Amino acid sequence: MKLAYWMYAGPAHIGTLRIASSFKNVHAIMHAPLGDDYFNVMRSMLERERDFTPVTASVVDRKVLGRGSQDKVVTNIVRKDQEEAPDLIVLTPTCTSSILQEDLQNFVARAQEQSQADVLLADVNHYRYNEFTAADRTLTQIVSYYIEKLTGNFPARSEKPTANILGISTLGFHNHHDCRELKQLLADLGVEVNVVAPEGCSVHDIQKMPSAWFNVVPYRELGRGAAEYLQRQTGQPLIDITPMGILQTARFIRAVQQILNTQGARVEYEEYIRLQTLFVSQAAWFSRSIDCQNLQGKRAVVYGDLTHAAAMTRILAREMGVRVVWAGTFCKYDAEWFKAEVADLCDEVLISDDHAEVGDRIAAAEPAAIFGTQMERHIGKRLNIPCGVISSPIHIQNFPVGYRPFLGYEGTNQIADLVYNSFTLGMEDHLLEVFGGHDTKEVITKTMTAQSDLEWDEAATRELAKIPGFVRSKVKRNTEKFARESGRDKITLEVMYAAKEAAGA
Amino acid sequence: MVSQPTTIGGPQFECETGNYHTFCPISCVAWLYQKIEDSFFLVIGTKTCGYFLQNAMGVMIFAEPRYAMAELEEGDVNAKLNAYDELQRLCLQVKKDRNPSVIVWIGTCTTEIIKMDLEGIAPKLEDEIGIPIVVARANGLDYAFTQGEDTVLAAMASRCPAPQEVRSEAEKKERTGGLRTLFSLGKRDEKKAADPAPSEYVDHEPLVLFGSLTDPVVNQLTLELKKQGIRVSGWLPAPRYTELPIVEQGVTFVAGVNPFLSRTASALQRRMRCNLITTPFPIGPDGTRGWIEAICRALGVTPKGLDEREQQIWDALRDDVEFLKGRSVFFMGDNLLEVSMARFLIRCGMIVHEVGIPYMDKRYQQGELDLLDRTCRELGHPPVRIVEKPDNYNQIQRIYACKPDLVITGMAHANPLEARGITTKWSVEFTFAMIHGFTNAHEMLKMVRKPLDRNNALKSLGWEKLIQEA
Repeated sequence: MKLAYWMYAGPAHIGTLRIASSFKNVHAIMHAPLGDDYFNVMRSMLERERDFTPVTASVVDRKVLGRGSQDKVVTNIVRKDQEEAPDLIVLTPTCTSSILQEDLQNFVARAQEQSQADVLLADVNHYRYNEFTAADRTLTQIVSYYIEKLTGNFPARSEKPTANILGISTLGFHNHHDCRELKQLLADLGVEVNVVAPEGCSVHDIQKMPSAWFNVVPYRELGRGAAEYLQRQTGQPLIDITPMGILQTARFIRAVQQILNTQGARVEYEEYIRLQTLFVSQAAWFSRSIDCQNLQGKRAVVYGDLTHAAAMTRILAREMGVRVVWAGTFCKYDAEWFKAEVADLCDEVLISDDHAEVGDRIAAAEPAAIFGTQMERHIGKRLNIPCGVISSPIHIQNFPVGYRPFLGYEGTNQIADLVYNSFTLGMEDHLLEVFGGHDTKEVITKTMTAQSDLEWDEAATRELAKIPGFVRSKVKRNTEKFARESGRDKITLEVMYAAKEAAGA
Repeated sequence: MVSQPTTIGGPQFECETGNYHTFCPISCVAWLYQKIEDSFFLVIGTKTCGYFLQNAMGVMIFAEPRYAMAELEEGDVNAKLNAYDELQRLCLQVKKDRNPSVIVWIGTCTTEIIKMDLEGIAPKLEDEIGIPIVVARANGLDYAFTQGEDTVLAAMASRCPAPQEVRSEAEKKERTGGLRTLFSLGKRDEKKAADPAPSEYVDHEPLVLFGSLTDPVVNQLTLELKKQGIRVSGWLPAPRYTELPIVEQGVTFVAGVNPFLSRTASALQRRMRCNLITTPFPIGPDGTRGWIEAICRALGVTPKGLDEREQQIWDALRDDVEFLKGRSVFFMGDNLLEVSMARFLIRCGMIVHEVGIPYMDKRYQQGELDLLDRTCRELGHPPVRIVEKPDNYNQIQRIYACKPDLVITGMAHANPLEARGITTKWSVEFTFAMIHGFTNAHEMLKMVRKPLDRNNALKSLGWEKLIQEA
C-alpha cells in the first residue's frame, strides 16, 4: 500500500480508452463497477465533445459478482454491435475487475461469434501499465490486428511522398493543435498525410498505412510501438524527433529530407528552414531581441512527461540562454531515455512521480520560473514562483478554443509567449527593483456601509464571514436595508435569512 | 429490457437494470472531509479510484486536503502483503502528519473483491493508534454516487454516544452541535453558550437530524424547527467528529434531510433503537412544509404558521413558477434526489416525463412518494414513471421521442445532448448547491431556469443542432 495524494499519469484503462475512443466507429466496453466509467465524463467535459463517448460500462454489481460476468459482458458486446454497428469493439477491464481473473479472452471469443464487428480484448496488465504505456500498447495491438489481416499483401507505396502521423489521441496535451500544425508543416514540405492515428482514424484506414513513405511519431509516449511494428513488418522508416522548438523542428525537417531522398525523391529544405527560422517564426527573433537579454542566465526548473520536459529543457537551454537547474519527468519507466536527452542541458536530472518531492526540489532550487504541470503551477503559487504549464496531466485549461500548438513553427511562437509571460523581463525587471514590486500585499478593506447603526450578533457575523468576499458587501447591504425597513436594530441569523428570502422575491 | 411496470399507489416503478453512469460513491469524500473538520478520509483502492478522485475534485487536492489514497499495489491484491501491517503503517503516518480526531476508511470495489477484512482490522488498529477508525464500504458494486455518504453516516451512527457516556456538561453542550453554531461564541465562552431563551422550546423527546448539509442550511433548518418550538439536539454528521450527537436508545427521534440515506436511517433505527420519522424531504416549500409537519406530528407538537410560511415562499417564487409552468423535464438519474426534485417541479406546474434513479428504497422514501402521489393528483399530472437503474442508451432514445424542454443529467451526457438541441442541466449541481429548506427553494428554481433562459436568449441565432449529420 502506498499513501498517495496525486497521480501524474492515469491508470491503464484510461490509456486504452483514449485509443479506442479516438478511432472512428470503434466502441469500447468496460467491464467495471458503477462509477469506473468516469472516462466518459472526462472526455465529454474536457474535450467539450459533441458526440456521446463511445464507451459503455457493462456494470459489475453484487449480482454479477455472484454469478460471473460472462453473460452480461457478451450480451453487452452483442447489443452494442446491433445498436451502433461499430467496426471494432474493444473490451477492457479496470484495475478492479481485472482482479476477478475472469477469462475475458473467452468472453471475447464468444461475443465474436455473434457480432458483425471485430471484437478485441485490450491486452494490458492493469497493475504494471499506466495510462501512457497502456495507450501505446493498445494502439500497437489494434494496428497489428488489422495489418496482420493483410497477410503480407501490403498496398503499394504511394507515388508522391506521404507520411502517417501516429500518436494523436483524445485527451492528449494539445494534441489536436499539434496535429494541425504537423499537417501544415508536412504540406509545406510537399509531403501528403496518408493516415493520422488513432484520432479520427477508421480501422479500415489502418490497412492503408503501409503505403506511406514513413511514419511520424511526434510524442515519445504514444505511437512508437505501432511505428516500430510497421517498420518491422513493412520496412517503413520512422521519425521520432519531436518538432518542438526551432532547433528540433529543423532536425525533424532534415530527417524528412533524408528519408525522402534515400527513397528516390529530390528535396532540399535548407532554404525553407532558414526562412521559417529567421523570418516566419518569431521565436528566433524573440530570443535575439533586446527584450530577452535578461533571460540570459535566469534559473528555471522543468518537469513533465518525457516529450515536453525534454523538449522544453532543450529550448530553454539552447535557444534562450536560460539555465535549467534541474529537469525532471514522472515517466519512470523510460528514465534512461530522458537522462540521455537532457543530461548535457541541465545541472541535474530528477526522475520521480512524487509531487511532494518535486515540490521540495523546486523550493530548494528557488528558480525564477517553473515549466511543469498543473501541479507545479500550484506549487509555484504557494512559493510565489511563476509557472508555465507544458505537460499533462490534462486540465480544462489545456483545451483552449483558440489555436495553441506546441509543435512546429507556430508552436515556437506559442512557447516564446509562454516563456516571456512566465518570467519578469526587460524594463519591468528594473522597475520592480527600483519601486519594490507590482502591488502592495495588503488588502485595503473597504467599509461596506459608512456608518452602521445596526448591531450584528455573533452568529450573524460569522455567517456573513462565510459568504464569499465578492458578494459579501451586497449581502450585508441588503440585510441592513431589510432590517431598517422592517424596523429592527439587531441583525440575527433569522433576520439574515428573512432578508435573503425577501431579496429573492 | 424493461420489466413490467407495477403500480403502487401513484407512481409507476420499473427496474431497467441497464448500463448507466453515475459518479462512484467514493466521491462523498469530497464534501464529507470538508463538513467534518477534524476528520481524515483514507480511500483504500486502486489507481482507478485515485485518478477519479483527483479528476472529480479538481483543484481541491492542492490545498493539502484531509484525505488520501491508500493505493493498493500488486502485492496487496495478491495478498503477499499483510493488510493489517500496511494499514497500520499508513495510519501511523496520517496520525503523525495530521493528527485527526477520526480516520474514516473508505472501502472500495477492490477491497470488496479481495475480501479485505476492514471491519475486522479497524478495532484492533484503533486501540493501537488511539484514534477512532470508522469503516464505510462506499463501493460501486453496491452503491451509487451520493449513497457513499449514506455508508459513512451509517457507520458513524453507531459511534453516537449514549447520554450516560457523556459525563461533563461541557461535552454535552459541545455535542448539541446545531446549538453551538447558533448561539455561542466559542466552546470556552460558557456564559454566552447558555441557551438564551429556554422557554421558546416545547418539551419534547430529543430530536437528531441526519444528512450532510452546508452550515448555513443546517442553521436555516434548525431555525425553522425552532419556530415550531422544536429543539434539534444534534446533527449527524456534526461539524466535528468529537461533537457527534447524543443518542438515547429507545427515546431519541431521528429524521433525514436527504433521500439517499436509507442505510443511515436503518442503522439508527435498528442498531441505536431510534424512532425514525418518515418524512418527505425538505426540498421545495411543499417538501419543507411536509418535513416539518411530519417531525411536529411525531414529537407531539402542533405546527403553527406553516400555511403562511409556505405561502410566503410560493409568493416569492411566483415569477419562476409562472415561467416553468407547462414545461417538461426528464431526469436521467444520478444523485438520488430525483424524486424530491420531481415532486417540487410538478408542484410548480412542470411535466415530468421520467424519473431515472440509481436506487429506490420505497420504505425510506415512503413519505416522499406519498407526497408525490398527492401532488400528482392535485395537479392532474399523470402517474410519474420512476425507472430504477436505468439504461442510459434506452433513455436517450426515449428523450429523442418525448423531446423534453429540459434534461437533468450526469456530466457524461450533457454536452452531446446540448449539441443535439436538447437543453440540459447537470444533476451534480443540485447535489452541491444549497437547495434545502424554505429559504433555498428559490436557488433550485433558479438552477432549473438558467439553461432554459440561456437557450431562450440564443434562440434567434439558429444554433440548435451543432452536429453534422453523417
